[in-house]
Amino acid sequence: MATITYIKHDGTINVVDVANGLTLMEGARNNDIDGIVADCGGACACSTCHVYVHIDWIERLPAIEGMERDMLEFALDADPKKSRLTCQIKVTDALEGLVLQIPAEQM
Amino acid sequence: MPTSEKSQRTVVIGAGQAGFEFCAKLRALGDHGPITLIGEEDHPPYQRPPLSKAYLLGKMQLERLFLRPRSFFEEQGITLKLGTRCREIDRASKTVTISDGTVLPYDRLVFATGARPVQLPDKMGGALKQVHYVRTLADADAMVMDFQAGKHVFIVGGGYIGLEAAAVALDLGMNVTLVEAGPRILGRVAATETSDFFRELHVNRGVKIFEGVQLTKLIGENGNLTGAELSDGRQIDIDVAVVGIGVTPNQDLADAAGLEIENGIKVDAFCRTSDPDIYALGDCASFPMGKARIRMESVGNAIDQAQAAASVFAGTMRPYRAKPWFWSDQYDVKLQIIGLSTGYDRVVTRGGPSAPVSFWYFAETRLIAVDAINDPRAYMVAKRLIEHGKMVDPDRVADIETDLKSLLKQDN
Repeated sequence: MATITYIKHDGTINVVDVANGLTLMEGARNNDIDGIVADCGGACACSTCHVYVHIDWIERLPAIEGMERDMLEFALDADPKKSRLTCQIKVTDALEGLVLQIPAEQM
Repeated sequence: MPTSEKSQRTVVIGAGQAGFEFCAKLRALGDHGPITLIGEEDHPPYQRPPLSKAYLLGKMQLERLFLRPRSFFEEQGITLKLGTRCREIDRASKTVTISDGTVLPYDRLVFATGARPVQLPDKMGGALKQVHYVRTLADADAMVMDFQAGKHVFIVGGGYIGLEAAAVALDLGMNVTLVEAGPRILGRVAATETSDFFRELHVNRGVKIFEGVQLTKLIGENGNLTGAELSDGRQIDIDVAVVGIGVTPNQDLADAAGLEIENGIKVDAFCRTSDPDIYALGDCASFPMGKARIRMESVGNAIDQAQAAASVFAGTMRPYRAKPWFWSDQYDVKLQIIGLSTGYDRVVTRGGPSAPVSFWYFAETRLIAVDAINDPRAYMVAKRLIEHGKMVDPDRVADIETDLKSLLKQDN
């Protein structure tokens, strides 16, 4: 389990515990944190679970892979340094304290 | 005393993706009235797409299918009535009678009843055990029992459901035979280029595909499936069958209530049926799109239309404009589709022959749809081009040397 902080675009902070094995998208969905839309339910098919990862965490996350990188290249307001798709990152103990910023809009 | 707008009673029939999304959005928009969500199945709202993909393959646990935990519905004051059918709607008294006899009054009623698989008639062997359809969690759980390595599965229908089931079955070590009655797989939804790609993908993995061949009947012994007889005279021994020959909208209840029906429950651009207090959305609803009237069977439409209808309830009269998109997972191949290809007169191929490859559909000079295969960049660029109605030069698309990014900047 890890405690994850999701910061909404309006500044609202949600701090929730997410079980290991779930994705960061599922952690947001199960806690009804809006702004992470995930229309495709986690299939890496829609790019609507996009977030910006806090600068301290970028290097500590599992590396970005082909499909996710390619989706993000043209996602709405994506930042090549900080953007990730939350459906592609599984929670482990190592993510304790992770901070994510939710964008204003999802495409 | 007149009821204020905020205290209207909303009843939603159908607890699938559309029904769920509608209720969640209505609450998010600040509606405080009582909401009742009625579902025939015993499960709270869940995602259907994985049923023919990761869930069937055993790679996704049940808990992960649910769209929200149970606590969400309690917290939001959304009353879930599961395992419940609707018997009748009385529009005069504005009530719904459910299977246990309870009469629920409504101020506003929403049909999100979805669609059901077209069944194989009993005289064609449709009632034999081991004959499966892919729609509900119960359907998928029954399939999982029969999907065992070494067994021979026979798939009727070469649409996305059939092809996804074929991919899972093959990955599980089954022998797979698929028949498509039309001249080619995916013939109803895609160009020959896309059909050719997926035929080759499956055949190379070992799926036997027969196109232009019909199932004459399934054969059984003591109620158990044993074989299939095909229109070309062939007889094959099989253990399991999956039937994926399309769906039919669940419109009977609406029809019985006297609502207008036209290939689904007929709604206007605001998701309203012919009764101003009754709405319909998702797979069951036929809605205007341009000059046509269409029904769309997709998660994307279920979500967007539900949100549009909730906004109308909340007082924003913005017409629903569909932005069609779909996806399919087969083996390690992801197909992403943007737009509707209906009416195309030219298909341009970018890349290939193996993935990544994308097929771009044009109607006259207008880009209307793209099938992108393991090519998210093409999908995302095409999505922007289509949603913004941008013109694009087909020759530049076809030239793999053209940077995709530059298509977005094109200004002609």
